Amino acid sequence: MLLLERRPVDSSLMRWASPVLALVLTVITGFVLFLAMGKDPVEGLTFFFITPISDLIGLAELGLKMAPLLLCAAGLTVCYRAKLWNIGAEGHFLMGALGASAVAVQLVDASGVWVLPVVLVAGVLAGMLWAAIAAGLKTHLHCNEILTTIMLNYIALNLLLYAVHGPLKDPYGFGFPQSVMFGESALLPDLIPGTRLHLGLAFGLLAAVSVWVLFARSFIGFQLNVIGQDHRAAAFAGFGARRLTWFAFLVGGATAGLAGASEVTGPIGQLVPQVSPGYGYTAIIVVFLGRMHALGIIAASALLALTFIGGEMLQIAMNMPKAVTGLFQGLLLFYLLTCDAFIHYRIRLRAPVRKPTRVAAPAATQEA
Amino acid sequence: MTAALRLKLENIVKEYPGCRANDGIDLTVGAGEIHALLGENGAGKSTLMKVIYGVVQPDEGRMIWNGHPVTVDSPARAREMGIGMVFQHFSLFETLTVAENIALGLPADEARDRRKLDQRIREVSGRYGMALDPRRYVSTLSVGERQRVEIVRCLIQESTLLILDEPTSVLTPQEVTALFATLRQLSSEGCSILFISHKLEEVRSLCHNATVLRQGKVSGGCRPGEVSAVDIARLMVGDDTPISTQVSAAQAGDVLLGVRNLGCKRRDPFGTSLTDVSFELRQGEIVGIAGVAGNGQDELLKALSGEIRPDRGSMDLDSMRMNALSPAQRRKLGVAVVPEERLGRGAVPGMSLAQNALLTASGQDLVDRGIIRFGRVRAFSREVIRRFGVRCTGEDSTAASLSGGNLQKYIIGREALQNPRLLVASHPTWGVDVGSAVAIHEALVKLRDEGASILLISEDLDELFQLCSRIGALCEGRLSPLACTAELSIEQLGEWMAGGFDSGEASHAAA
Repeated sequence: MLLLERRPVDSSLMRWASPVLALVLTVITGFVLFLAMGKDPVEGLTFFFITPISDLIGLAELGLKMAPLLLCAAGLTVCYRAKLWNIGAEGHFLMGALGASAVAVQLVDASGVWVLPVVLVAGVLAGMLWAAIAAGLKTHLHCNEILTTIMLNYIALNLLLYAVHGPLKDPYGFGFPQSVMFGESALLPDLIPGTRLHLGLAFGLLAAVSVWVLFARSFIGFQLNVIGQDHRAAAFAGFGARRLTWFAFLVGGATAGLAGASEVTGPIGQLVPQVSPGYGYTAIIVVFLGRMHALGIIAASALLALTFIGGEMLQIAMNMPKAVTGLFQGLLLFYLLTCDAFIHYRIRLRAPVRKPTRVAAPAATQEA
Repeated sequence: MTAALRLKLENIVKEYPGCRANDGIDLTVGAGEIHALLGENGAGKSTLMKVIYGVVQPDEGRMIWNGHPVTVDSPARAREMGIGMVFQHFSLFETLTVAENIALGLPADEARDRRKLDQRIREVSGRYGMALDPRRYVSTLSVGERQRVEIVRCLIQESTLLILDEPTSVLTPQEVTALFATLRQLSSEGCSILFISHKLEEVRSLCHNATVLRQGKVSGGCRPGEVSAVDIARLMVGDDTPISTQVSAAQAGDVLLGVRNLGCKRRDPFGTSLTDVSFELRQGEIVGIAGVAGNGQDELLKALSGEIRPDRGSMDLDSMRMNALSPAQRRKLGVAVVPEERLGRGAVPGMSLAQNALLTASGQDLVDRGIIRFGRVRAFSREVIRRFGVRCTGEDSTAASLSGGNLQKYIIGREALQNPRLLVASHPTWGVDVGSAVAIHEALVKLRDEGASILLISEDLDELFQLCSRIGALCEGRLSPLACTAELSIEQLGEWMAGGFDSGEASHAAA
């Protein structure tokens, strides 16, 4: 009989082995799924995991997708360490894109080095504003942040759709719901000439490093950890829950807002309705897969970025549906959560239930 | 002693992952015998009781009940055999009446006839001097009355062995006397009683025989009435541990803390509101607050630490009004607090000792412009471990890996090293081994002699009488007068714990 038994001490090996195990299980399941659909599994997995990153252009595309994931995940890490379940990175991201675009379309003809920072800051502020709503609802009205942030995601999406169909719509855009192309000064410079990789990835890496410093060195990071692990100890120590909640949400809003702003000022260059393929949601998987550590989220964001471009590759090369990206992301999260159970628990084979008479058997006393 | 053996345990072994809780224990209890099971926390008393009551199965050994080998595979089976148990934390439904609670443990046919059951409850409770109204809701009963419900429940099930787990820890001295009278009567009628406690004086006055456990083994047995408390304590802790502290007289100085008419409305339905609490605390003295758990001790501690803000009244530290200050601001003024719960409030279980030092000691130059100076944090932590003899593998051990006593020494040390002017400590030695308790008492006395004011909230009356220069009691959120320890009788304090005081007198007597 199999028994799930609590470990006396959490397994630190399993804490890091779990994401790897989850990835292996995801690949195996993917293999079976390709077989079930009558496709060649080896070819499918190669197209998904290897072909997209086999040249410089591919790697640059990977970095391009990593940037928003990493930025969103860095902010979410700050929230999740404090056990504030902010699901609103998607909303912050969309508001960041909207805020940056609203300023950028006013500055289409402006030139100068100040234009880009102004546009980016507008995006950051818009993301923070969106996060502040959820923070205020939590600290003052005790609203559950999971529900409020999810709902705010939909409001943000509809605001963005309204903007591209209304006030920000390009009057000469043949009726397409999109803004005008931004001016040259409002666009992020490329990191590698000849590819689409832009400065956004540098922002992302910087954010990851900042998260590392925050939690490894700073007192406020320590306070966030305490409030996440033990809110009664935090109250006893006098670490203000309200102040820390605001801090975490505002950081989360700022980084996701910057991610949105970088997306419209980077590869797209204008505001379009489908600015996000779900970066804000995928970032949640990144945070958990990356164990809420800076290095972990960098690796995890690369992997999840690969699911986006791998999915596109499969659409083109093997005529598979777009849903394959979501499928792999879902599998990964599912297996990760399952494997995480073995950090705290272990499986034991239980001997058959003792017969009552055995307790009284004289043989049992010999050992003492 | 009666010749008939009620219960005999032979070589009971129970092993948990990482610890051998019972390691070959033998125990005999005669009919009508009151037998004490003594031992420090973690000595294996609870495990042994659970074995007898069928909650856990022993890995080895056998149990003989009235002369027959038996296997108790569940508490239901134990009750059937006539073993009744009163847990330290009562298992009663507050929303049900006394009779309904008792009916839950009875076979269906007996439980159905309520009128007859009510009659039996009145009869049994009357016979043993434990007045109970079967129709009352448990939520309206005092702790002592709830305990009676548990005992009556066992008696109605015709138990011939009653196991009581630290029954007196929740009672006032008067209630303890009444309980003992009941237990003696039961014993004279042939009911055996297994009495678990670590209060030696009680055991000496009540029990016929005692078995002492240490680290899962029987370390000795005695007739408690015929040996001294010190001899019993030796059996409990071994030869190399000091058993008590010699406390010198206090030299009280000027008033440091003045609390006037403090009022705090309760924040949750299970809390207690503080009403008109007034007292003064001088430098260099320890003042004790006695009281049965849940009478406002936690609220008083939180009001002083700054975790809750009072609604009325004032708290002044050296003429500095503290009411609106945050815990961090109060700490800067020299207020240190040791809460009742070590793990989960006084320390974060999963964090290292060094990190736990940061919890309250960040003001000791451990943080520089928002950046943690880990070198200093570790040095501070090592200093606490060294000065207070905390047994651990080093400052990187997690708080959860320490025993209760060692963690408590660390927490007290963490506060003491910050040279507090006021220390509020709640139940500092609750569940702590004797050696650590002595170390903690010494640390408190040392702080006192260095001029700190200490407010000691405790349920342990021995501790209060030993350490404090003045003692009062909290009852339902009101504070009794504070009296000099030398002039205070235990009966008087017991009356205060039960609410027998006029709170208007408090300020008058608090000199």
